[in-house]
Amino acid sequence: MKYLHLIWAALFRSKTRTMLTLLSVVAAFLLFGMLDSVRVAFNSGGNLAGSKRLVVASRLSITQMLPYSLLQQIETVPGVKRVGYAAWFGGIYRDPKNFFPNFSVSPNYFDMYPEYVLSPAQKAAFEADRTGAIVGESLAKRNGWKLGDTVPLQATIFPQKDGSNAWPLKIDGIFTVKDAKRKGEENQLWFHWKYFDEANQYVNGRVGWYIVELADVNQADRVGAAIDAISANSDHETKTQTEEAFNQSFAKQFADIGLIVTAIMAAVFFTLLLLTGNTMAQAVRERIPELAVLKTIGFSNRSVLWLVLAEAMLLVVLGGLIGLGLAALLMPIVSASSGGMIQLPTVLPQTWLLGIALMLVIGAIVGALPALRAMRLNIVDALAGR
Amino acid sequence: MDFLLNLFFTIIGFGVPARGKHWLVNFAIVVALAVGLGAWIFLPWFVVLGIAVLLALWLLLTRSGRLALAAARVGIAGLPQRWGASSVIVVGIAGVVGVLVAMLAMGEGFKATLNRTGSDDSAIILRGGSQAETNSVITRDQVPLISSLDGIARGSDGKPLVSPELSQVVNLPSRSDGTDANAQIRGVGPQGWALRPQVKIVQGRKFGAGLRELVVGQGAMRQFRGIEVGKSVMFANQQWTVVGEFASGDSHDSELWADADTLASTYNRQAFQSVTVKLDGKGGFRKLKAALAGDPRLKLDVLTTHDYYAKQSEGLEKLIRILGTVIGTIMAIGAVFGALNTMYAAVAGRAREIATLRALGFRGLPVVVAVMLETMLLALLGGLLGAGIAWLIFNGYEVSTLGSNFSQVVFQFRVSPELLWTGLKWALGIGLVGGLFPALRAARLPVTVALRAA
Repeated sequence: MKYLHLIWAALFRSKTRTMLTLLSVVAAFLLFGMLDSVRVAFNSGGNLAGSKRLVVASRLSITQMLPYSLLQQIETVPGVKRVGYAAWFGGIYRDPKNFFPNFSVSPNYFDMYPEYVLSPAQKAAFEADRTGAIVGESLAKRNGWKLGDTVPLQATIFPQKDGSNAWPLKIDGIFTVKDAKRKGEENQLWFHWKYFDEANQYVNGRVGWYIVELADVNQADRVGAAIDAISANSDHETKTQTEEAFNQSFAKQFADIGLIVTAIMAAVFFTLLLLTGNTMAQAVRERIPELAVLKTIGFSNRSVLWLVLAEAMLLVVLGGLIGLGLAALLMPIVSASSGGMIQLPTVLPQTWLLGIALMLVIGAIVGALPALRAMRLNIVDALAGR
Repeated sequence: MDFLLNLFFTIIGFGVPARGKHWLVNFAIVVALAVGLGAWIFLPWFVVLGIAVLLALWLLLTRSGRLALAAARVGIAGLPQRWGASSVIVVGIAGVVGVLVAMLAMGEGFKATLNRTGSDDSAIILRGGSQAETNSVITRDQVPLISSLDGIARGSDGKPLVSPELSQVVNLPSRSDGTDANAQIRGVGPQGWALRPQVKIVQGRKFGAGLRELVVGQGAMRQFRGIEVGKSVMFANQQWTVVGEFASGDSHDSELWADADTLASTYNRQAFQSVTVKLDGKGGFRKLKAALAGDPRLKLDVLTTHDYYAKQSEGLEKLIRILGTVIGTIMAIGAVFGALNTMYAAVAGRAREIATLRALGFRGLPVVVAVMLETMLLALLGGLLGAGIAWLIFNGYEVSTLGSNFSQVVFQFRVSPELLWTGLKWALGIGLVGGLFPALRAARLPVTVALRAA
């Protein structure tokens, strides 16, 4: 640490070059920060460690609905604490481009998701209002909705009994999600399944899927098998999975795209490594006489090695921190300007950690060759300029 | 603000703005560069070719042009000695171009697959307001009403060419890792084949009416396990036999086809989801649309199948294109800094050489052009390398993703010549920015100072 001023001075010996290198490192880590957040957003559904919930959906396909009569049977399975249910509605607000998930839910649905925060007063208002709805905060903000507003949801699958596609819903509550990783889940709208069931034209007495809360997490397998046994060999066989597995199987279907994002990151880092490595080699080449002087006045070979290595690492870490910082600033802007299509979390702690680790590793790799060269310098040859 | 300006001018290598007249000149150069880059992106290839020809003529026919060429030759001859630093430019730019081209090729391939699907002489009828087949319902009693509408072509037997269809999403194990993925079974009516002449059986035979038989698209066959011809699969507790494989070259390749009525009875579905019809000549679509609007019993939407499938690709294609451009831009900025760095170092390393040239009577312009030519050559190499690698690896690379019907759509990356051209343009743009400032510095270096330098 006592040599920090020395390293600092060496780093800014050639301002232009250092600035340019710094900026390409910044660009690379900006990209890293953004892509890693995308990756996390893709996989975040799976982050429900210790989740006590199971999803019961049709074994045939996700678009197949299940009979409402299953509810009582599932409730009697030992180990089941409570059961909620929901049905996909697929309505649009004004323009299909404004897509957001919306579905009708059972009265106890909210109690099953303690991670969604809603004030008791708003919850009570929703329960008392047949055509009421609850929306996430991000969604409300994006569309400028306030409590008491009526959202004219247009059905794409389920018209009303009179054939009209208009489903006006009144916003009775706005919920928030605490976990930054899951902010994207604030992008949904819920309304009463009872209203949906009574008012729509085609589907009666059917729900999309059941959510089962377990009394004991460790019994997930047994309870799941028991639930599936109820409907075995019927025309509505079910498949029960933990919520985690259910979400992941869905995200996995985009898997090829996730793979490509990873490949891009690899290409970026390879390029970065090359650029920075070249600059460090240049910097050391230029400073050979200076390094020789350092050795002459008594710096050991090892301290010269560390000086050069520290310089490279400092450069990469500086650039990396600025880049990740920029990514953190840009993320909300991207989310806002995409009109809510993309809900990116800000740069998460795990991305920061991974980023810093990468900075240190890349700094060390990039600095290694020049540092070795500096260490092996022969004072006499170096001073003579040979 | 002052600090930022200082930083900026330090970066582009012109010292501080306080130096008076230079400040304005530099500012003008930066503005001109920005405008030039903007224009460059939109230039079609023949204009670029024209510019290249003009440049070549200038190089060969004028005195300063020949001087520039001579100076460039010196620089380019020295490239092998500086291969380490020069390869940084080449590889850096190749990385940018490769990533950009690959991303765009993915969007392009997806769009191309869906754009090829459908045609202008057939139309798809869906329930009013529904966006895709998944959301649509057409009741059985509506089908005869639709068949009698004006604008629908008739087959040789005098029956209207109409295929009521339904699509069902089923789980099949994916070939890559055996996990369940969504596949789409399309139930087609007897006329379904006549409506889509591009669909050809390549192995086995068509399914029989009323039988639980399937024909499988070649894309689906590559994507999922256990659906080879001759095998049987369980859907909804019933055994289905795969009797054939078909090829269509479009998004139907990702589907499994079966008899519509058999599929409906298997899944207890009373209603169809869409009706595909053959249009009667040129005015057919207009007539059909008017007839549909005129019948109050039918609250349905009609689109040509070409429009319908093109619309399905819009969202994802746009997302990929925006993502690709944003990533490409950030990478390009990084690569510009890398190129600037390398070229500044190259100019500094050759300060004496350049000063000698100028002492011999080479003016500013030839020196600037010489350094620019050298950078552009490296950029071109990088662009070719990146575009070439992207083409080699990704052209025809098959992937799948979740389409708008909740089922997998198989498509191939498509590295089109336009994309290769876009990649080259980016490469040259990066070279332009990365070379210009070092070139200007080379021309402005005071001769005496440079000659005295070690």
